[in-house]
Amino acid sequence: MAMAIVLVLLVVGTVAFHYFSPWWFTPLASNWEMVDQTVDLTFWVTGAVFVVVNLFMAWTVVRYRHRAGHRAHFEPENKKLEWWLTILTSLGIVAMLAPGLTVWAKFVTVPDNAGVVEVLGQQWSWSYRFPGDDGKLGTTDTRLISLDNPFGMNPQDPAGRDDRLVAGSELRLPLDKPVRVVLRSKDVLHQFAVPQFRVKMDMVPGMITQFWLTPTRTGRFDALCEQLCGLPHFAMRGRVVVAEATEFADWLAQQPTYTQVLAQTAGDPVAGQALYAVCSACHGQEGEGNRELNAPKLSGQGGWYLAKQLKAYKDGVRGNRDDDVYAKQMAPFATTLADDAAIRDVVAYIGSLPERPTPATIKGNAGRGKALYSSCAACHGGLGQGLWATGAPRISRMSDWYLAQQLRNFRQGIRGGHAQDFAGSQMASMSKALADDRAIDDLLSYVHPL
Amino acid sequence: MSLTAAYAALATGLLVWAMLVRKLRVKPWEAQLAGEVELASSLPAAPAARIGLWVFLAVVTALFGLFISAYLMRMGHLHAEGLEMGDWRPVAEPAILWVNTLVLILASVVMQWARVAAAHSRIERMRLALMIGGALTLVFLAGQINGWRTLSATQYASPRDPALAFFYVLTVVHALHLLGGLYVWNRIFRRLGQANRSQSPARMAQVRLSVELCTVYWHYLLLVWLVLFVLLLST
Amino acid sequence: MAYVGAIADLDHEHALHDPQTFFRKYIWSQDHKVIALQYMAVAIAIGLVALTMSVLMRLQLGFPNSFSFIDPQEYYQYITMHGMIMVIYLLTALFLGGFGNYLIPLMCGSRDMVFPYLNMISFWVYLLAVLVLVAGLFVPGGPTGAGWTLYPPQAILPGTPGATWGILLMLASLAIFIVAFTMGGLNYVTTVLQARCRGMTLMRMPLSVWGIFSASILGLLAFPALFVSAIMMTLDSTIGTSFFMPAIVSRGETLDYGGGSPLLFQHLFWFFGHPEVYIVALPAFGIVSDLLSTHARRNIFGYRMMVWAILAIACLSFVVWAHHMYVSGMNPYFGFFFATTTLIIAVPTAIKVYNWVLTLWRGDIHLTVPMLFAIGFIFTFINGGLTGLFLGNVTVDVPLSGTYFVVAHFHMVMGVSPILVVFGALYHWYPKITGRMFNETLGKLHFWVTFVGAYSIFLPMHYMGILGVPRRYYAYSNSIEFIPLSVQTANQWISVVAMIVAATQLVFLFNVAWSFFKGQIVDGNPWRATSLEWQTPETPPRHGNWGPKLPVVHRWAYDYSVPGAPQDFVPQNVPATEVPMGHDHDSAPQSSATKGRHA
Repeated sequence: MAMAIVLVLLVVGTVAFHYFSPWWFTPLASNWEMVDQTVDLTFWVTGAVFVVVNLFMAWTVVRYRHRAGHRAHFEPENKKLEWWLTILTSLGIVAMLAPGLTVWAKFVTVPDNAGVVEVLGQQWSWSYRFPGDDGKLGTTDTRLISLDNPFGMNPQDPAGRDDRLVAGSELRLPLDKPVRVVLRSKDVLHQFAVPQFRVKMDMVPGMITQFWLTPTRTGRFDALCEQLCGLPHFAMRGRVVVAEATEFADWLAQQPTYTQVLAQTAGDPVAGQALYAVCSACHGQEGEGNRELNAPKLSGQGGWYLAKQLKAYKDGVRGNRDDDVYAKQMAPFATTLADDAAIRDVVAYIGSLPERPTPATIKGNAGRGKALYSSCAACHGGLGQGLWATGAPRISRMSDWYLAQQLRNFRQGIRGGHAQDFAGSQMASMSKALADDRAIDDLLSYVHPL
Repeated sequence: MSLTAAYAALATGLLVWAMLVRKLRVKPWEAQLAGEVELASSLPAAPAARIGLWVFLAVVTALFGLFISAYLMRMGHLHAEGLEMGDWRPVAEPAILWVNTLVLILASVVMQWARVAAAHSRIERMRLALMIGGALTLVFLAGQINGWRTLSATQYASPRDPALAFFYVLTVVHALHLLGGLYVWNRIFRRLGQANRSQSPARMAQVRLSVELCTVYWHYLLLVWLVLFVLLLST
Repeated sequence: MAYVGAIADLDHEHALHDPQTFFRKYIWSQDHKVIALQYMAVAIAIGLVALTMSVLMRLQLGFPNSFSFIDPQEYYQYITMHGMIMVIYLLTALFLGGFGNYLIPLMCGSRDMVFPYLNMISFWVYLLAVLVLVAGLFVPGGPTGAGWTLYPPQAILPGTPGATWGILLMLASLAIFIVAFTMGGLNYVTTVLQARCRGMTLMRMPLSVWGIFSASILGLLAFPALFVSAIMMTLDSTIGTSFFMPAIVSRGETLDYGGGSPLLFQHLFWFFGHPEVYIVALPAFGIVSDLLSTHARRNIFGYRMMVWAILAIACLSFVVWAHHMYVSGMNPYFGFFFATTTLIIAVPTAIKVYNWVLTLWRGDIHLTVPMLFAIGFIFTFINGGLTGLFLGNVTVDVPLSGTYFVVAHFHMVMGVSPILVVFGALYHWYPKITGRMFNETLGKLHFWVTFVGAYSIFLPMHYMGILGVPRRYYAYSNSIEFIPLSVQTANQWISVVAMIVAATQLVFLFNVAWSFFKGQIVDGNPWRATSLEWQTPETPPRHGNWGPKLPVVHRWAYDYSVPGAPQDFVPQNVPATEVPMGHDHDSAPQSSATKGRHA
């Protein structure tokens, strides 16, 4: 008896949950409402079966419970009944499969007027590429990938010269225009998923994959990686912004072309020396840092990282919050650098500075720190040396007190919260794995001497 | 895609066969004459060891079949993706492989001789044939080792070369199966000794069965080798 | 009487090894019953390890960033080990090595498996596989954290936990397991084909045997695919071959690989992986049919369809694998084919569900603990099977793949339903294995908490998946805008329930241990069941099972509530002269038992 009641309650509860739960598809932002409709149909068919069969079973459990004097009915089979059930089931199956395959036929057929955009996935960030006016994406080769050529562009291919390279993790797409999203990976399997679009696909290294859609409303949408690609998989985040056609065109025009990237000159350390004068007051003549002034060591740090941070300060991506006290102080200094060339110059100069030994100031349990560090090594390298490819700076033998402050800032959301700070938000996610300050100290006591 | 279709056809075929097997359409709850149980079986009354071997051969077939599928898929990979440069460079098989093939065929012939001798209870003949068969198999294995060394000494040998890697994998797995067979072959001699000492007809029957099954296994591995050899030569 | 067929009345064929010492009887034993218990013990032990890992995972998901010892590295190692252990080392080993070994000879009327020595070795090789797996916890870098699917290239590249040593130990352990499984599988298949006693035709076998038999065949043909991919991935990792490895720039460094295909691994893995889920499901299907019919005192409804459905599912399971790969980047046209085959396989599966419910209908239902678990199975399997229809339909799969909908589906259909059958079966055969009855109150408590608890854990996850909450995420930061706070709250509740359900398994373990010493002693057939294992002369059955003479079978396994019979069950070895056979109610009634019909 209890069993029958529980069964009925579970059926009712399940149906109630279906209707009252706060979770349903995100509001659709693409042309794929047929997917939603197929899901709805599937719920109706399967829901009916779920309710009917389980309620029948509940009734059966009551009606045919053991009572003295009653015997079961001996019936090895009932061909008619079994065939009817088979036929009905098959009809239900066809009812779901037919629309499913019809929609799929649309999925595999990219409209002729679709634009194209490439999403390039790597461990653990996204970048994007648009064809230029020629409408063709230039060829690429994994083996050409380097710090200066992160897209692996083939310099011999003229079609690639006008490609627009979007190095950040935010992609913009024009409203109401079908687009073929071409997917490429530098290293391992990833998956570019935007729930509001409904469609997605893995990117496979060594292959090009694709899907297509037409964005149908403007907005900001999270882009997630949905194929386990390593430890930082859950922190591999991007964004898609759907904008009106003109707004999109303006944005696209601001993205550098491959030609422009090729034309960038290297930094000039002599010019940089003059620019560095204003920095040395806090960061020291040799970029060794100054704890009393809360200025971290700069020498020995990857130039690409320093450049990125200076740009972030300039653009207000970093140092824009009042509670990020020292970063707020830093921001105006970054604006003394007039343009990207100046940034490259000062960074080139810092790169020429000799590196001094940096004593540890943080004490902790290095043994515990080593275990904790296993989650950081993926991006920062086994020796804490930093990797340009993952966007992770060097952290060994730098200013450990500064790193402690940054980890706390990340954990509390003081740093990394800006919409354009994707690497920062990644660090915010990762730093939450350090439950308390003691964990931070343990970690840094291990990393620093590496 | 064609491999998928092949598996689908195989599965459907199996299904149809199973449905048609009469004994699966019996209504087992019905009365049947006591003692006259309908037991027509598609399998003759066979000793368990023979059935066990056939089941095992099905597993080994699955193993080699899957390796071959992987081989074909890897070979066709870059072409399928529309990329122009496939990295498949057919391996130049060392000449010794032809000799080895002949040796293995001979080994099978000799093992068959052993089996026939066993069936006719010519035990000494059987023993001699077994020893020669085993020796020939060892010669085959030595020849394979020679072939592997020849290949690895060539200038262009690199683990990244897929045709080369597959060559080794397929031939090594085949050789390992032969080694397993030799282990069983070895045990036959011990059993033969026991059977002779105890003069037990049941034990001798066991030995004859072992020789028969060994021979089947040898023929099977020869068949596998021929398939692999043709595959490697032609791709 | 000349019998043409695969039946054994030849005791000398099983030159039965008669052990005398404790060591040969209970440790280095060739007796299928001892081997079965050894498999069960090891499988349950390693399963408890995996259960603990799942509790740790739930602690992280429910209370993120509160536990510093669960960092991302460990989290991914736990999900990988949890998944692999549960699917392979627990469920496969338990259903085939555990139940297969115990039940097949007893239900088929033979003294033991046909290759007892090989059978014994299979257990020890399985134990070795488990030890190699556990060794992964102690190597530098720890066990692999690539997910139970072990996809390359990431599984062997830095950035994934255990990419240097852990993955190699995992692959080695799997290869060793496959060897063990092959040895065992040879036994299960050959014993069913060759060692059934007189009168035990294939169609008189209980469905438990059909389920385990077909699962064994599936395993023998499917595990080679995993073996092949394991060897190839090991070579890619150790000597630098490029079977699965394309040109890669890993964290800025160009690697010396090229031309390989990650999709090749996925095809091989899922060619194994899909039959694997049926290797777990088919024995569960077979066993639950027997639980239902025994405790409802009614023949299993539609026995022939049930057998054909098992065979159809087994055959079709080989042509559906790429429904795990709809968004993998494989040729999208494959989607049409695999969606079709996947939805076709739903038909025989649905028929089985109907037949289980129809067995209860017009039955005489005793709500014993095994019956409760069997009904719990039906309810949860209906849910899990139906959600499979979503994921099998390629269009519907695209938004749901990679989300919690998938996690909910496979847990419901692999982790809840078959586990309910495992428990039902353990309670059901407990009196046969031990000669004592378990404590019913504890059994019911265990059932209610596990059934309602497990369902409550996984039901909400379906809807989280529809929302789009991704799977295999260590944490969900508030920078993901579409995930509301309610998801985090729900995760907390789910974690609490999960811990309660996990803790309740201790009740089961206590019951098993306590009842072994203090349980009420019962006769050999307390459930009054018809199948042969309940008709052994001694309980627990002694070595050789049947005493001096093998049984002779005269009827099918489901003569329950036969009209006119003195009791509501007729064991399979009762001759037709003593109790007439049942009637087929669809056809004209038989006038006497001697008017037999051949199909």
